[in-house]
Amino acid sequence: MSGAEIMALPAAPLAVSNDVSPVPFGAHLDALESEAIHVLREVAAEFRNPVLLFSGGKDSTILLRLAEKAFRPGRFPFPLLHVDTGHNFPEVIEFRDRIVAQSDERLIVRTVQDSIDRGRVRLKRANQSRNALQTVTLLDAIAEFGFDACIGGARRDEEKARAKERIFSFRDAFGQWDPRRQRPELWSLYNTRLDPGEHMRVFPLSNWTELDVWQYIAHEGLELPRLYYAHPRSVAVRGSSLLPVADAVDLGEHDRIETRIVRFRTVGDVSCTLPVESKAATVAEIIAEILTAEVSERGATRLDDQTSDASMEERKRAGYF
Amino acid sequence: MPFPHRTDARLLRFTTAGSVDDGKSSLIGRLLFDANAVPRDQLGALERIAARNGDADVDLSLLTDGLTAEREQGITIDVAYRYFATKRRKFIIADTPGHEQYTRNMVTGASTADAAVILVDARNGMTVQTRRHMFLAHLLGIRHLVIAVNKMDLVEFARAPFDAVAGSVAAFAAALGAEPPILVPLSAKFGDNVVFPGARMNWYEGQPLLAILEGLPPAVDGRTLPLRFPVQLVRRVIAAKGQSRRYLGRIESGEVAVGDAVVALPSGIATRVRAITTFEGPLVRAAAPQSVAIEVDDAVDIARSDVLVHPAALATVANRLEATICWFDDEPFATGRRYLIKSGTRTAMGHIQDVVHRIDVATLTAEPAAGLVRNDIARVRIAAASPIAFDAYRANRATGAFILIDEQTHATVAAGMIER
Repeated sequence: MSGAEIMALPAAPLAVSNDVSPVPFGAHLDALESEAIHVLREVAAEFRNPVLLFSGGKDSTILLRLAEKAFRPGRFPFPLLHVDTGHNFPEVIEFRDRIVAQSDERLIVRTVQDSIDRGRVRLKRANQSRNALQTVTLLDAIAEFGFDACIGGARRDEEKARAKERIFSFRDAFGQWDPRRQRPELWSLYNTRLDPGEHMRVFPLSNWTELDVWQYIAHEGLELPRLYYAHPRSVAVRGSSLLPVADAVDLGEHDRIETRIVRFRTVGDVSCTLPVESKAATVAEIIAEILTAEVSERGATRLDDQTSDASMEERKRAGYF
Repeated sequence: MPFPHRTDARLLRFTTAGSVDDGKSSLIGRLLFDANAVPRDQLGALERIAARNGDADVDLSLLTDGLTAEREQGITIDVAYRYFATKRRKFIIADTPGHEQYTRNMVTGASTADAAVILVDARNGMTVQTRRHMFLAHLLGIRHLVIAVNKMDLVEFARAPFDAVAGSVAAFAAALGAEPPILVPLSAKFGDNVVFPGARMNWYEGQPLLAILEGLPPAVDGRTLPLRFPVQLVRRVIAAKGQSRRYLGRIESGEVAVGDAVVALPSGIATRVRAITTFEGPLVRAAAPQSVAIEVDDAVDIARSDVLVHPAALATVANRLEATICWFDDEPFATGRRYLIKSGTRTAMGHIQDVVHRIDVATLTAEPAAGLVRNDIARVRIAAASPIAFDAYRANRATGAFILIDEQTHATVAAGMIER
């Protein structure tokens, strides 16, 4: 970095993001929460047949809490949908089912395995990552139930292509996202008009950062699957990455199996979700860890985003979450 | 200018605007990099690109160019949102590109911003584009304008080019009736006056850009404005005492308390607040920007698209209004076409009766116009099929803004700010 070298550092460097205490919980989280509730209520008011995508991960667990805040004591005006790759962490599925049972809401599960069995998806190899394959199953479920809005937990701070996403993001009849033809989104006036066959993806957490998510989890006392917290786990060491050891993960001959203290920053398909070494076993410790983290959430943990600079964009164009 | 949605003094939403080649992406990249807000893996990706292209330095502008086409063509296609924090503030940047769709993108970014950073190339001075950006920021009600005079390294960090920009900017701001902008000379390429002070510009007595942004006064507190509660949804609740109806919505401005007399507009139905509830329980009083549920005393007919207000501070109710609109659509505007007017939670059918005048942004003069094409800004008269409750945009963003949706194509064809 030529610029950084030329600059004379001031005697007392300005406070920067990585060495400071967090902006304390307060008005900004209240505002994010209120915005998300507003978005959920707009979905309920303006769509005929919406659905909330729920995986048991931290972002969709927050969505569930926000839906409670938006609609309780009534029932949710939408069912929940999980697109199950069949390669999930068992503790996440157990958590999903328990949380859904507590909520007394209806969960629809559609599986990638079913798409494979019906010939909708062809595998190139047995243990191929099923992450991108979810798109077919999701679009099939949208067609099966006639959903016109899918509420998801994606956030703009996750990834560069997501940074350009609208809160109400239009999908054409093929489920595709066209970044060049997005509707301008002004104030909090959302254009929700659709033709038959088209649908909307809606992201109430668009303006939340990873830190906001964890501060909210702390504030709400939300339970999450245990694997978000530090625990001993058998992992395969591959270069600087750790891979979970599971049936769905093909190990290479140079991979070493070791037990390490790890946690997951994101939780998705086993075959592309990587744990990171961490001693953060509580929400407070995770917040402290994020404040000093040098690597982004997906950069550390998602094998699928590392394949090319444009992986997420390509999946999104095809109809991915 | 009120910002009813945000009352957190620590959060600053700002938008950035500049012409192609003003170095806007580089500036944001530099701001994030020098503020240590770039994760190592993202920097690693830039290093890989630099190595592939045989460049000695990484290109910080690539941090904000997210899409394949953007990297291939070296342009920015769409509004991108970026998040970072310092000890003093949390920031949301709406990064808007400066090329073909510039008006649309800048208006979009500006609609939720408290401040705007407008880039000027020190070699070129103030351009028509600079005027356009300043005009749009002012039109959208942005209080704080920061003019970043970039590429000072290409004018030997000399004071004269900066002073020339400062003179023209001050004159144009005065013509607009806008607050005097803050100006900062900087080099996004080398970092002078972005996060760290620029030792090569000792003649500049102000602060670097980041310190300016950290120090901007907080947005106006929306709670001090009159109550505006657009009803989003009506839900029936079965309680021990029988059925009741709850009006769900977000308090866009003002405060409301149990016992308050309220009026539902546009119908004019008067009633009283019996309860305010949230998931956490009942409240005695609530204020913007809270999302709540309100119950009223009487079994009255209140529905989505109604706005609850206090009787002492009513909004205007009319089905004809005058507004300044920005035309976004590729299709030119034509009279006689029907549009959906979306304002708050109300969507009404309507049409543009006539164009009062188009505004020449470079000269700020009004000129007659029969039609409107993309990027045009004009004063128009609109007729709606049913009455709308509104405020002037200058008085209240939430109830003074609207979008126009083409009934047939479903495109968002224009954004509007109500004048009266």
